[in-house]
Amino acid sequence: MAATDLGDRVAVRAATRRRTFWTIPRRDALVGYLLISPQLVGSVLFVLLPLGLVVYYSFQEWNVLAGTFEYAGAENYAKLLADPKMGQVLTSTVFFSAGLVVLNLTLALTLAILLNQRLRGTTFFRTLFFSPVLVSLVAWTIVWQFLLQQDGGVNGLLGVAGVEGPNWLRGESTALLSVIVVQVVKNVGLNMVLFLAALQGVPRQLYEAAQLDGAGAWTRFRRITVPQISPTILLTSIITVVGSLQVFAQIAVLTQGGPGMSTTVLVYYLYQQAFQFRHLGYGATLSVLLFLIVAALTLLQWRLRRKWVFHES
Amino acid sequence: MKASGKLAVLSLTALLVTTACGNGGTAPAAQGPQPLRMSIWTSNEAHLKLFNEIAAEYRKSHPQVGNITFDPIPFENYTTTLTTQIAGGNPPDLAWIMENSAPDFVGSGALVPLKSKIENAGELVPAATRLWERDGELYAYPFSTSPFGVFVNTDLVKAAGQKPPRELMKAGQWDWEHANEINKAVAAKGKNGFTILNFDYKAWDNLATVWQGWGAKAWSDDGGTCQFNAPEMVEAMTFVHKAIFTDKSMPGPGTAVDFFSGDTTMAVAQISRAAMLKDATFKWDLVPLPAGPKGKYAVIGQAGIGVLKKSPRAQQATDFLAYFANAANAAKLAAYFPPARSSLLTADTMAKTSPMLNGDQLQEVVIDGIQKGVVKPAHAGQAELAQTARAALDPLWKPEADVKAVLDGVCAKIQPLLGG
Repeated sequence: MAATDLGDRVAVRAATRRRTFWTIPRRDALVGYLLISPQLVGSVLFVLLPLGLVVYYSFQEWNVLAGTFEYAGAENYAKLLADPKMGQVLTSTVFFSAGLVVLNLTLALTLAILLNQRLRGTTFFRTLFFSPVLVSLVAWTIVWQFLLQQDGGVNGLLGVAGVEGPNWLRGESTALLSVIVVQVVKNVGLNMVLFLAALQGVPRQLYEAAQLDGAGAWTRFRRITVPQISPTILLTSIITVVGSLQVFAQIAVLTQGGPGMSTTVLVYYLYQQAFQFRHLGYGATLSVLLFLIVAALTLLQWRLRRKWVFHES
Repeated sequence: MKASGKLAVLSLTALLVTTACGNGGTAPAAQGPQPLRMSIWTSNEAHLKLFNEIAAEYRKSHPQVGNITFDPIPFENYTTTLTTQIAGGNPPDLAWIMENSAPDFVGSGALVPLKSKIENAGELVPAATRLWERDGELYAYPFSTSPFGVFVNTDLVKAAGQKPPRELMKAGQWDWEHANEINKAVAAKGKNGFTILNFDYKAWDNLATVWQGWGAKAWSDDGGTCQFNAPEMVEAMTFVHKAIFTDKSMPGPGTAVDFFSGDTTMAVAQISRAAMLKDATFKWDLVPLPAGPKGKYAVIGQAGIGVLKKSPRAQQATDFLAYFANAANAAKLAAYFPPARSSLLTADTMAKTSPMLNGDQLQEVVIDGIQKGVVKPAHAGQAELAQTARAALDPLWKPEADVKAVLDGVCAKIQPLLGG
């Protein structure tokens, strides 16, 4: 009898402990984690793990052909600081990103404002400007490569207007400009749609009140439109800045980094180092640098939002 | 720590442990016939059919070998893709290797020695094996040794009232000056003069087909000293620059040129391009490269097949390569890939396998070219060298360029990479 009592007591205590552990918040948490686990697994496998491996590889010297993989300490980082090409690469990257971001956002906002007017044909133009977003990137770039030849379509059109066009992809400044324009025309539709959605959310009574107070078009744009759509401006600027630092296919197809090194931006340079020149350790170091630049710029924009983004305190 | 926090840490840890275990797991021991994979850059159906026939024949007597796959990788990024496969732990068992990456593959010890395995290796033409040898050992079989020649659109030459190159050859006048005069005359009538296929003002190693006539070299024979600014190279590049910007006999940068559509007079290309002229609507000829100031010369492009040491089936792969490259199969492959075996280098043998070319063309361009030719520039670290020299040469492709100054600039940039 005594043994049975003891057994019952142990069983009851264990059941109580189980009940105590699986409290409602714990059960909720378990369900929550199970629900997000597919995303969590994806993030760990395809974001965090590769990120960690890139940092690890940046401290190694990896000769793929010889099959050697040796710890190199900070050698790759010292090489980065002493690399004579880095100045040119970073300059090209800054010009490319700045040009792309300014042109993309300005054009996208301008188009969105124009297409936000209640005029005939706006649906057609919205479709027209958005359609390049859906086109295959490489196919789009190859077509532009033909258009930008010395005797291509762009110069043909300029010739009709009596203008002798330059050799777009062979001049250092025109090549950079060409890649920017090809990229902007391809993707401006996406930002345009985001701006359009934001513009349509601005209460019309604000404009009417301002008009009654005698505010002109520029004042209404500056004092009402910009503050009201500022969260969208923040979003598009972050997306575009990050995107501008990752442009690769257009450069690979159009210029391969040339002429000279005028279009060798950081992401293309790291591709060259890691995959073409087989300096995988140094390529990983350049990837770490690119990651830090992207992270710093995103953080900076996020911090600065308090100063200019409406609805943010 | 809160319960939810503990759960989050637990989940992440479990995930990382699972991932780590997945990476380090050992593959089960292979059972049954082992497959082989060879990476190649052709996807031509006729080529693949022949390869598969040879592989099927081999498997009949080697049941321990499973499927033999020929894996085409696009030519443009071939070496990059191949080395990425190696880095990713998925190397092919055998690989075609281009001449410009031969020093890297041979010098790094990535390939299995082959000399004792190749049937009659002694009959391989020395000019064709030099690139694939180290310390007397052969590391890749030179399965395609393709000389450069000049394809000529004789209709355009005739229409411009010029003597065709073959006539100039008979008169001993087939040189770059005369070739340039022909192209200048055709260009004046609105058609393109001469082009160097695949050059496109980027792949400068193809210019070796011109500068070799001046006796110029990209670097010294030991590979340690830049020769881009040597007087011979300056003269050769001055000729090219004048042809582009003064004579207009060579289409300039950024111009789309296609010899095979019939709007270009001459194209410097490898003889394998003859296949593209099967349905040509114009009369054409193939002649050797024009003589330069230093006399007659030939340039060859090459490809070798090597067995990767990293392959877990390297021994089987070597055995298959020995079969693939034996004299009988080399004769079959000669239909598409000019052989380096001297027994096959006769006009009669070649005529059977290259119906597009006549006896004179085969003798002058192919047979003489393979025996006397110089291989295009190749150096350890070629990809970086090529890219650096390409960037430094870009200022040359402008009308106002100072040729000597640009070439001095090329040497300043590439000399550190040459290790001198």
